[in-house]
Amino acid sequence: MATKRRASRAKRPPPGGNGGHVISINVNGTKYTRPVEPRVLLVDFLRDDLRLTGTHVGCDTSHCGACTVLLDGEAVKSCTMLAVQADGRSVTTIEGLAQRGRLHPVQEAFKAHHGLQCGFCTPGVVLAAVDLLQRNTEPSEDEIRVAISGNLCRCTGYVNIVRSIEAAAAEVGRFEGG
Amino acid sequence: MQARSFDYVRPATIAQALKVLGEGGGRAKVLAGGQSLIPVLKLRLAEPRLLVDIGRIPGLAFIQERKDGLRIGAMTRHRDLEQSKLIRERYPILADTASSLGDPQVRNLGTIGGSLAHADPASDWGAALLAFETELVARGPNGTRVIPIDRFFRDTFKTALRAKELLTEIRVPKSAKRDGGAYLKLKRKTGDFATIGVAAQLGLNEKGSVAVVRIGLASVGPTPIRAKRAEEALLGRKAGPTAFAESAKAAALEARPTSDLRGSEEYKRAMVEVYARRALELATHRAGR
Repeated sequence: MATKRRASRAKRPPPGGNGGHVISINVNGTKYTRPVEPRVLLVDFLRDDLRLTGTHVGCDTSHCGACTVLLDGEAVKSCTMLAVQADGRSVTTIEGLAQRGRLHPVQEAFKAHHGLQCGFCTPGVVLAAVDLLQRNTEPSEDEIRVAISGNLCRCTGYVNIVRSIEAAAAEVGRFEGG
Repeated sequence: MQARSFDYVRPATIAQALKVLGEGGGRAKVLAGGQSLIPVLKLRLAEPRLLVDIGRIPGLAFIQERKDGLRIGAMTRHRDLEQSKLIRERYPILADTASSLGDPQVRNLGTIGGSLAHADPASDWGAALLAFETELVARGPNGTRVIPIDRFFRDTFKTALRAKELLTEIRVPKSAKRDGGAYLKLKRKTGDFATIGVAAQLGLNEKGSVAVVRIGLASVGPTPIRAKRAEEALLGRKAGPTAFAESAKAAALEARPTSDLRGSEEYKRAMVEVYARRALELATHRAGR
């Protein structure tokens, strides 16, 4: 699978060639202006062009949620969005959550409550949780499970992920206030 | 997976979008939220020359209730419909539909108009909107055209929309006082297409008899379909277990599912019956409020 992906990357024409568009995207507070082919997915733009490899490609078919990022604060699957669609908008990846060297409360909670095992799905799950907690600081367990229903984890069985998000809920308001 | 190369334009107005669609000569495709189209492009099931991104055209995303009913902009996202207080309280069948679709991330990007124009046989919106005398508003080079939903779905992935037209609005007629609806979807997991889906919208008279009813089905034919015999089996009868059971049986008989990885034809037919009965019960419960 990995080899196959690399092979398909190698075939990708250089950006800015035929049909290249210049886009500006604010990623984690920094504005990036780059030429990009219209067919390039947002996830590939983030990983290959900006070298922000914390956003993972799991299934590449919109199912697993490993590629979840925040677009203007809302969770989306960056494997099912074109980079050109994000032109002029703000994207937050897992690299952008910590502030001034301090982990985001959701990240802290995942660390404290063992909300990850292999860690591959974690960036996507964390961002889906951040989207939830921005709208609802007191989510029920059901609401948490719905919020992460677009994210697959093959290690944890989700129990500790749900606990982590519950623990983070109380902290989020304080973090954002201060 | 990578899509075949295409050009991309992002018009700022409907007029500009119609102009580029007109020049596209059928090789252009409209990009709304992209949640159906981008997977199709990645699998190279479609290879358009030009994508016309209507995502930044102002005025295409709205939910409004007027005297004659509900008006929904084509670019209204599933998420906005799912969370709308108006939809939840007055059109719960549409809230059912929105929240049954995809997953939270998909609902943050996907739109009702994009979903309808894509016309998947499993379209949840297709089934739900068939449960009303829904009208679809299309803008084209010659002006505006209103397409009744019964004539909208032509075949799998084919609609009455012409290549030079843009779907702009969905009009759902006003719900009467004592009416209610529900959309119930059987799916294997979050994010999956419907194995089957049943949408029922009914209105009761003062005696508790069914005065109006429409039933839409997903994933049991080449397009979302109406279960007309199931409707006939119910009309004029007292809303209750006997009538619901007969109507649900009729729906199962007129469904045309095919066996696939989501289940056998027989299983899907059986599930249409179960879900039709439950949808009618829930619709009646909601109508009673």
